Amino acid sequence: MSTPTRTPSGAPAQMTGAGGRVGDDAQRPDGVLKVRGEFAYSSDLWMDDMLWGVTLRSPHPHARIRSIDVGPALAVPGVQAVLTSDDVPGEKVYGLELADQPVLALDVVRYQGEPVALVAADHPDTARRAAARIVVDYDVREPVTDARAALGHPTWNQLHDAPAEVTELSRESANLHPHGNLVRHLKVRKGDPEPTADVVVVGEYEVGMQDQAFLGPESGLAVPGEDGGVDLYVATQWLHVDQRQICAALGLPPERVRLTLAGVGGAFGGREDLSMHVHACLLALHTGKPVKMSYNREESFFGHVHRHPATMRYEHGATRDGDLVYVKATIYFDGGAYASSTPAVVGNGGTMGIGPYVVPNVHVDCYGVYTNNPPCGAMRGFGSVQTAFAYESQMDALAAELGMDAVELRCRNALEQGSETPTGQVVDSPAPVVELLRRLEAMPLPPEVPTGDDVDLRDMPGGVSNTTHGEGVRRGVGYAVAYKNVAFSEGFDDHSTARVRLEVVGGEAVATVHTAAAEVGQGLVTVEQQIARTELGVDRVTVHPKDTAVGSAGSTSASRQTYVTGGAVKAACEAVRARVLEMARSVVGRPVADLRLDGGKVVSDLEGVALPLADVLGDTVVEETLEWRHRPTEAVDPETGQGFAHVQYAFSAHRAVVDVDTELGLVKVVEMACTQDVGRAINPQAVVGQIHGGTAQGLGLAVMEEILVRDGRVQNPSFTDYLIPTVLDMPPMRVEILEYADPHAPYGLRGVGEAPNISSGPAVLAAIRQATGLPLTRVPVRPEHLTGT
Amino acid sequence: MRLSCTVNGTPQQVDDVWEGESLLYVLRERMGLPGSKNACEQGECGSCTVYLDGLPVCACLVAAGQAQGREVGTVEGLTPAGAGSGELHPVQQAFLEAGAVQCGFCTPGLLVATDDLLTRSRAEGRKPADAEIREALAGNLCRCTGYEKILDAVRLAADRMAAGPTTEAAR
Repeated sequence: MSTPTRTPSGAPAQMTGAGGRVGDDAQRPDGVLKVRGEFAYSSDLWMDDMLWGVTLRSPHPHARIRSIDVGPALAVPGVQAVLTSDDVPGEKVYGLELADQPVLALDVVRYQGEPVALVAADHPDTARRAAARIVVDYDVREPVTDARAALGHPTWNQLHDAPAEVTELSRESANLHPHGNLVRHLKVRKGDPEPTADVVVVGEYEVGMQDQAFLGPESGLAVPGEDGGVDLYVATQWLHVDQRQICAALGLPPERVRLTLAGVGGAFGGREDLSMHVHACLLALHTGKPVKMSYNREESFFGHVHRHPATMRYEHGATRDGDLVYVKATIYFDGGAYASSTPAVVGNGGTMGIGPYVVPNVHVDCYGVYTNNPPCGAMRGFGSVQTAFAYESQMDALAAELGMDAVELRCRNALEQGSETPTGQVVDSPAPVVELLRRLEAMPLPPEVPTGDDVDLRDMPGGVSNTTHGEGVRRGVGYAVAYKNVAFSEGFDDHSTARVRLEVVGGEAVATVHTAAAEVGQGLVTVEQQIARTELGVDRVTVHPKDTAVGSAGSTSASRQTYVTGGAVKAACEAVRARVLEMARSVVGRPVADLRLDGGKVVSDLEGVALPLADVLGDTVVEETLEWRHRPTEAVDPETGQGFAHVQYAFSAHRAVVDVDTELGLVKVVEMACTQDVGRAINPQAVVGQIHGGTAQGLGLAVMEEILVRDGRVQNPSFTDYLIPTVLDMPPMRVEILEYADPHAPYGLRGVGEAPNISSGPAVLAAIRQATGLPLTRVPVRPEHLTGT
Repeated sequence: MRLSCTVNGTPQQVDDVWEGESLLYVLRERMGLPGSKNACEQGECGSCTVYLDGLPVCACLVAAGQAQGREVGTVEGLTPAGAGSGELHPVQQAFLEAGAVQCGFCTPGLLVATDDLLTRSRAEGRKPADAEIREALAGNLCRCTGYEKILDAVRLAADRMAAGPTTEAAR
């Protein structure tokens, strides 16, 4: 009976939905499939005669490979192929910005989990057992695991500037790459290089390594084509950047490497880099059969990049009245073994590393560094999440030093429209930092800490573990505000492509939107429909499957798709509309300027005429394909960091209320409140969903989420040991959305997804600090940080 | 080995099952029912929650052989039998309307867990309080939503199921 389903042709189904224009709570076109269990995620794909591919990974964070013997694996019955770097026909290294990462290990492995060899077999367990029989002879080296040591920079002592011991490694072992261990050093220099101030606050901060922890594992299906090429169905964030890298590795032109987006089970940055993409294609081309790869959870922890851990030293100077005079910051991002997005992370951390404040004198050094730790790259809010913990902690410390209310201090120094950022950029759209904070303050607080006999344990830190009935529990309230650049910065040619078609189907005008923009759960497919309905005045809008048959949409990251692909869809719709109105002009007898499309009709308000769109179109198919760009940004000056680096900023603020069991160091977050300016909420329900989800990931980093790395080895690669918030960890959330239009953006919208991920964690940290009176300079906060044990 | 069991009310029989395979693997890879998701294979995330003889379990932790002769209910079985393409179980409908579905990978497991909770509380003639909903869903991880809209969806479904006819779809 075993005739399973799910061939790629059925995945992902074309999605047609009705109802919902810009500004409505439109429902997802893929929603019915998702709740029926019928949506084809990348791990659900299945074909007759397909093989399963698995990866053999290095157990060592740093080693030289003397030899690889694949013979024992090939001898396992059911095994069809075993491949190593020798079998990579094209470029043997790849990377998003810098090609420095081997498709399969060359002579050196630089992190634990680096792919070394591949196996394809008829059953996944056969492939796994065969991979375990590959014999790799490693010459194990000492790993470089400290970012500052990797640069030969002095290790800080807590709160002291004086160099302690300069770690001198021999140049041979110290340099993990031929170009050295420095990926990028960004300098921001503004104002007086030697400023002085009445009040000075110095702090050192550390942020642990966070994981995206998307639920859908890295997976996909590669199908060899009759033309010697390959079709890859895969969960990803940017089909075309994948295609570019896959083509290079396979030595094939783009027309022979065709990608289609399979259902994506979350991304959060973790799918920006390649994972199984090239591997599955290599196995498929080698065996001539479809090959499916799907990581299990442990492999997933080794199979994608993480959020950069950061160590940061900040010095804030202010007048006695609380005006910021200067900020000096030194920031180290540990990029791990390969570059990935580290240059962009450094860009964000450096240019926005002092927060949404006006500061006349700024001196920032931001470093991205190679080590033998797991590679780090994109994760929601990158570069800003880490620095926000530091700059918002500093603002609280400065307020305490000044004897000033922490929100007052923030409002006093807040960025606003017309302000100049540390990189010399004038903020040319609304920046309601003060209003975000004031609105939070005005929200009612939750009830006091419950006490007495009728305490519900479920309301207590520790919950039903019955660790307290309220004794030793202290309440704290904390605030934080943050900002983040939207879309790609620093002169990147950031564009998207949209193809929009309007035609009559079954007597009704139907629009089809075709982009390559990855839907990863955020709801871009809904937004694409809403825009087409709004611009073309039709109800039925089909979202074409996402693939490389249309031009690049750019990455689903940096909160950019609604802005950039939304802008492209809007522009393509406008082009289609212009042609349709031209067709209608002679029929209606009115100039185009008097006509509009609404309710499936061509409407002339002056004439009171409404002509069915289907009649105007007849058999004509109107199709337009457009590339759309936001206004250009520019590279920053290498010595000063000055320049128009960012096209738009997103602003959000959080208030966190926590109860801390100070005896056991257990934290319960009681409530989170968020205010965010979204410019224009294209889909308010989805916007709130983004704010909820971003808040949860920020809370997770503040109190529980960390990949523990010891001597370059990951200690907790599982959901048993790497904890993400459950429904018991998440409190009720209040959300207020502001809509101050950005005049430069389509519909005035702002990118939404990342900002709430940035401000939530620092607010939680501030609340815990207020509850305990402890300085708390590291996240995630652990029980032992609170109890001192 | 050969495995025989009932899935969503239909007798199923599959051959050549390797003894090391889980119920989840057999459902997904041998029976053509990939609705139950594989996200951790450790019983931590709840994405593979199915009914086994009417009780919710993580299908990844059930050896295929343990399902021999038993009744399995999956997310695919929640959809009312013979339903058209738009017809949904009240829990499915509520998740859609409330915005509780983003990437949707956790959704199948959450739907089964919610159906279990609401079927139990309905049998007791009541609607679950928030604290009870949170406890019931604590074994289902979601990375996208922060759970707020999932709670909205469960409350909405509870209201509707209290008002509407009994559904005994999956169990």
